[in-house]
Amino acid sequence: MRLVDRASWQRVPMVLRHGVPAVAGLGIMLLVSQGLSEYRNTQLATIAMYVCAVAGLTILTGLSGQISLGNGAFMFVGAYTVALLLEHHVTTSNGVLALFLVVAVLVAAFAGALVGVAAARLRGPYLAGITLALAVGLPVLPKYSHLQSSLGGHAGISVNAPAPPGDMNYFRWQAWLCLIAAAITLFLLANLSSSRVGRAFRAVRDDEIAASLAGLPVARVQVLAFVVSAACAGLAGGLFGILSLTVLPDLFSLTLSLALLAAAVFGGLGTLSGAVYGSVIITLLPFWSSDLARALSLPDKVQHNLPQAVYGVGLILGMLLFPLGIHGLVRRVGQLGRNTLRTKPANN
Amino acid sequence: MAKRSVRLFATTAVVALGVAACGGSSSGGGGGSSSTSSAPGVTADSVLIGSTQPLTGIAAPGYSEIAPASEAYFKYVNAHGGINGRKIIFKYLDDAYDPAKTGTLTKQLVLQDKVFAIFEGLGTPTHESVLNFLNQQKVPDLFVASGCLCWNDPTAHPQTFGWLPDYTREGKILGDYVKKNFPGKKIGIFAQGDDFGDNGIKGFEQEIPADQIASVQRYDPGNIKIAPQVTKLKKAGVEVLVSFTVPAFTALLKLTSLQLGFSPQLVVSSVGSDPATLAGLIENFAKEGGTTVKGEDLIQGIVTDGYLPSPADPNNSWIKLFMKVYNKYLAKKYPVFDGNIEYGLASAYTFTEALAAAGQNPTRESLVAAVEANKFAGPNLTPYAYSSDDHSGMTGVQMGVIDGLAIKLQGTPLVTDNGTGGITPYTTAESTAPASGVPSG
Repeated sequence: MRLVDRASWQRVPMVLRHGVPAVAGLGIMLLVSQGLSEYRNTQLATIAMYVCAVAGLTILTGLSGQISLGNGAFMFVGAYTVALLLEHHVTTSNGVLALFLVVAVLVAAFAGALVGVAAARLRGPYLAGITLALAVGLPVLPKYSHLQSSLGGHAGISVNAPAPPGDMNYFRWQAWLCLIAAAITLFLLANLSSSRVGRAFRAVRDDEIAASLAGLPVARVQVLAFVVSAACAGLAGGLFGILSLTVLPDLFSLTLSLALLAAAVFGGLGTLSGAVYGSVIITLLPFWSSDLARALSLPDKVQHNLPQAVYGVGLILGMLLFPLGIHGLVRRVGQLGRNTLRTKPANN
Repeated sequence: MAKRSVRLFATTAVVALGVAACGGSSSGGGGGSSSTSSAPGVTADSVLIGSTQPLTGIAAPGYSEIAPASEAYFKYVNAHGGINGRKIIFKYLDDAYDPAKTGTLTKQLVLQDKVFAIFEGLGTPTHESVLNFLNQQKVPDLFVASGCLCWNDPTAHPQTFGWLPDYTREGKILGDYVKKNFPGKKIGIFAQGDDFGDNGIKGFEQEIPADQIASVQRYDPGNIKIAPQVTKLKKAGVEVLVSFTVPAFTALLKLTSLQLGFSPQLVVSSVGSDPATLAGLIENFAKEGGTTVKGEDLIQGIVTDGYLPSPADPNNSWIKLFMKVYNKYLAKKYPVFDGNIEYGLASAYTFTEALAAAGQNPTRESLVAAVEANKFAGPNLTPYAYSSDDHSGMTGVQMGVIDGLAIKLQGTPLVTDNGTGGITPYTTAESTAPASGVPSG
């Protein structure tokens, strides 16, 4: 049934094995973007932006086994980095913008390293606690009276991103920017996941003592996982700022951090395709559920609260029915399909 | 491991097709009708406007009535022939007071629904998150429902206009009242720890000698335990307590003071003084705490201010009009005609005035120009500041005292600026509502 058998596919260099699908996927998405309306392009951009953050989180939580309720705070770091850079160095070049996004990734990675050092000493609920504090505490920093003048206070900072190159549609440009960022993120994370580092993450997740007996520096591996996820969140944050044209403290609420985790878990923890599914769900489910609520003619109070209820119940049911997330569901359906295909020749 | 990437690629492809399928239907939607209409959202017989509102979440109690009240007034206008033959369709979406949601919903309203204008977007952080987007897309952004001074920046945000008096103007007038009526008394301030509190205090302190203020306490809207702050105010010997609070925290302030045996004269910003809302909140909070109180009794004598006619004044022509609309469209759903309902009706009236003044075939530019021309004669007690270089709304308030479940306005309305200018009485006679209830162009 298979075009290439497993063994020979394994012999293909990893860069190609992940690179070809990444480039092909990106190509398809860019073509799709071409056919979409401005509004659908903003949704596509939002999904791709979330993919960056959720993919990083799914590596942290699914692969290295550390929980973070605070990746919204790293998005805050990335977003403010890009906003401040654009404020102080006005640019019309998309190349410079890309450079600024790289800086945002580095700054967020540095923040991740700081948190990671603390996190590597903590386990389970304590780790959740410190990352939760981060999600609540860090984004309100600009409101602190001594930082208001430099960080813009409650009103935040305008993000003056350069105009799209040529006569490209503004919203399509936003979508392309996010899609390219998401493709690069997924490509790098896929490589990381199947490399020595990814194996170290899993070893540490499964049994720390066994991992350290095998010679792995457990704490350093855990810090590295934090750095990776913070870097991804920083990229997503930078894109978030560009999409919203403004960054302000209240954009990076606890809700955002929890939505990232919900997306990672609901999509399928530890898998990059799960990060894509999860990002689609957290972006589109609120629209679907409020459209549904409006379509049913219900009393106002029920109608207004129905979308949240649908979102919550949907996530709970999803987790009960598919504990491995959408990724697990898709895989099971795929296996069932293959099994039926395989058994058929035998019946003949 | 080998299949991981391939699977990821397959995922991407599936998602792509899914999004494409969703998008296909709407991608061509915008172009068709644009040739016959003067602007996006305007057709031969309708004008579509949009808004984001806290219909659920922390800001919903009270504020969730505003948009339905505005919609009711538009229904009234539509039943009376609309404006220049066009019905006003008001689409408001729930952002739950979350700025991230405000962003995506506003994009939906502007890019997908192609609204003509955004009207009455509610809340400071929520609306701040879409200011740049709306102005970049050149969408008129009328009458933001928040007293933040940030809506008045015609250079950076030429499409955006405030409506209610800003917090600093109100703070100045409250300070002026306290200075004249409670000379020599020890003053305390209890304020929300954000721009609302800060700008209110800024205005208030301009009018009051610094040594008269015994204590300034702030609260975080996420933390309802305010006993520490109230204790400090009590220890400072505060006799007159000025509060820049939202209704829930005015109610908590009253109950916490009661518990601590602290009973200063309260002076409350109009943001947090709607009597019906307050009485209800006080009773609910007391019930949660295991006691029963009568909310109405506890709020009598609170000094506050208003910028619209008092809902309890049945002879006022505006209240007559608003009661007519309320009884027809709202009374069933909202049993009390309170300040929020009045706000929604009055704000919608102002939008209707602007639309009528924007001409037979309104464009986004003509709507903005109509607001800047400032030829309004609505229910506002003080005139608007609107001009090409000022986009703040009403220029003052009228002081009043809570009496029963209404605010009894006193004296004349007072106007001022949000800088260091003086406070002057506004003596022009109040406008009266048109007989038809609908403004003419």
